[in-house]
Amino acid sequence: MMSFLVVHRVSHTYFTEKTAIPALDNVSLSIEKGEFVSFLGPSGCGKTTLLSIIASLLRPTEGTVTLEGEKIQSMHPSVGYMLQQDYLFPWKTIEENILLGLTIMGIDTQETRQQALELLNRIGLKGTEQHYPNQLSGGMRQRAALVRTMATNPKILLLDEPFSALDYQTKLKLEELVWQTLKDFGKTALLVTHDIGEAIAMSDRIFLFSAKPGRLVRTFLVPSELRQLSPFHARQHPAFSDLFQFLWKELDSLEPNQ
Amino acid sequence: MNLINNRLQALHAQYVASLRKEKRLVRSYQLLICIAFFTLWETASRNQWIDPLLFSSPSAIATLLVQKVKDGSLFLHTSVTLFETVLGFLFGTLLGTCFAALLWWFPRLSKITDPYLVVLNAMPKVALGPILIVALGPNFSSIIAMGTLISVIITTIVVYTSFREVDPNYLKVLKTFGANRWQCFKEAVLPASFPTIISTLKVNVGLSWVGVMVGEFLVSKQGLGYMIIYGFQVFHFTLVLLSLLIIACLATVMYQAVAWFEKKLMKNR
Ligand SMILES: Nc1ncnc2c1ncn2[C@@H]1O[C@H](COP(=O)(O)OP(=O)(O)O)[C@@H](O)[C@H]1O
Ligand SMILES: [Mg+2]
Repeated sequence: MMSFLVVHRVSHTYFTEKTAIPALDNVSLSIEKGEFVSFLGPSGCGKTTLLSIIASLLRPTEGTVTLEGEKIQSMHPSVGYMLQQDYLFPWKTIEENILLGLTIMGIDTQETRQQALELLNRIGLKGTEQHYPNQLSGGMRQRAALVRTMATNPKILLLDEPFSALDYQTKLKLEELVWQTLKDFGKTALLVTHDIGEAIAMSDRIFLFSAKPGRLVRTFLVPSELRQLSPFHARQHPAFSDLFQFLWKELDSLEPNQ
Repeated sequence: MNLINNRLQALHAQYVASLRKEKRLVRSYQLLICIAFFTLWETASRNQWIDPLLFSSPSAIATLLVQKVKDGSLFLHTSVTLFETVLGFLFGTLLGTCFAALLWWFPRLSKITDPYLVVLNAMPKVALGPILIVALGPNFSSIIAMGTLISVIITTIVVYTSFREVDPNYLKVLKTFGANRWQCFKEAVLPASFPTIISTLKVNVGLSWVGVMVGEFLVSKQGLGYMIIYGFQVFHFTLVLLSLLIIACLATVMYQAVAWFEKKLMKNR
């Protein structure tokens, strides 16, 4: 039985007029259905590139990506992508923003609409439907962006450092909310982060990347006692700091100038 | 607690009052300048400090205005000019935006046409006036063409630049939903460029007036531009100044209309 998502020997090089920049070098990994995994690594190690490849926004120079055994070549409705910043459209209301995906895909029915609006309620944004993004706080906007991504009911969510632009408290609250929401809906999720704590608190498995060129160095399984806990509670668990120390050392040893 | 509240309310009332006072002051100075200007003009003209034949006087202009309104010719000339200007302005803006969209849609076309756009933009469009009149005939269509031509190239360049500078992350969001090029244009590129398009509207109001004036000077049949050129030829400067004042008023109204439109469109940004 093949895994849910398989990245097979993917390499990517960016070409510019002056140079060729190797961003990813021979990355292979697989993710199971319902899993929550993190890509952890210093900035510039090709995390965003890999995510864009999985979302088929970018064609890799080499290698393939398969989702449920199917090779993905053009944008796939089963993949939802959430960017580092919310990128809500400032000229659209929150309602129009969260329905954007449905409109684009042409699946804007009474039912899908209702589901999107329910999700908005659930995530604590009831009553903001007719507001414009600039009337909302950073955390609320990021939540609305999550609803926009989830409204099209993707099977896998790609989250590219979705909390990094938020203040610490908002970030903790949002980690909790996103984790809970994704678990409730049984979604497979792939989180990109450079925050060790966030990776441990949220995911089941952590892929560690090194930079220049981006390589997958190691994979860590988060201990089951942490996996069961929500991010906020996982952070309090004694096993959390052990793993944190361990990953810290690993990341440190990857730094090129040491 | 109540005491503090009362005090805050009193302070706020004071602040609002001071704002209002400032506004009144500014308004009265503006009015004063206006009155002073026309009074000075009138007195200078009556006492022959300035040549009344050349600079006329507010009272002479007012008398002429009443006379021209009565015989209906003013209404005719004004409406002709206004019609030409508004059309020139709309065509210039719309065509410019369409060209910009075309360039955005076909990036290679934009690379190829780039030097030609630069040349066309640098060229003084009004110099094409005589050719237009011969080509389209000495009537309102060549005047509208002037009003259009003068603004279309600069609109194309400015709007196209703004199309290109739309944050690519908005397009990325759309592409994650599998949006095609048309959807990207409609949902992100065009609305994100509205502020730029509106600001070109403001510039185009002024440009179309220039184009239409030159056109009417050349065609010399009807319109406020014709009134100016006619007044100049028969040395009737009261007529020239009357036309000028009307143009100033109309251009201001058009500009305000665009500003109102902008406010309405931009209220959520
Ligand atoms: N569009 C691009 N053109 C050229 N080089 C790029 C481009 N995007 C990313 N890179 C380079 O590829 C490498 C990986 O980038 P990225 O995937 O954004 O890393 P990360 O998300 O881990 O910070 C970096 O060295 C970056 O400079
Ligand atoms: Mg990145």
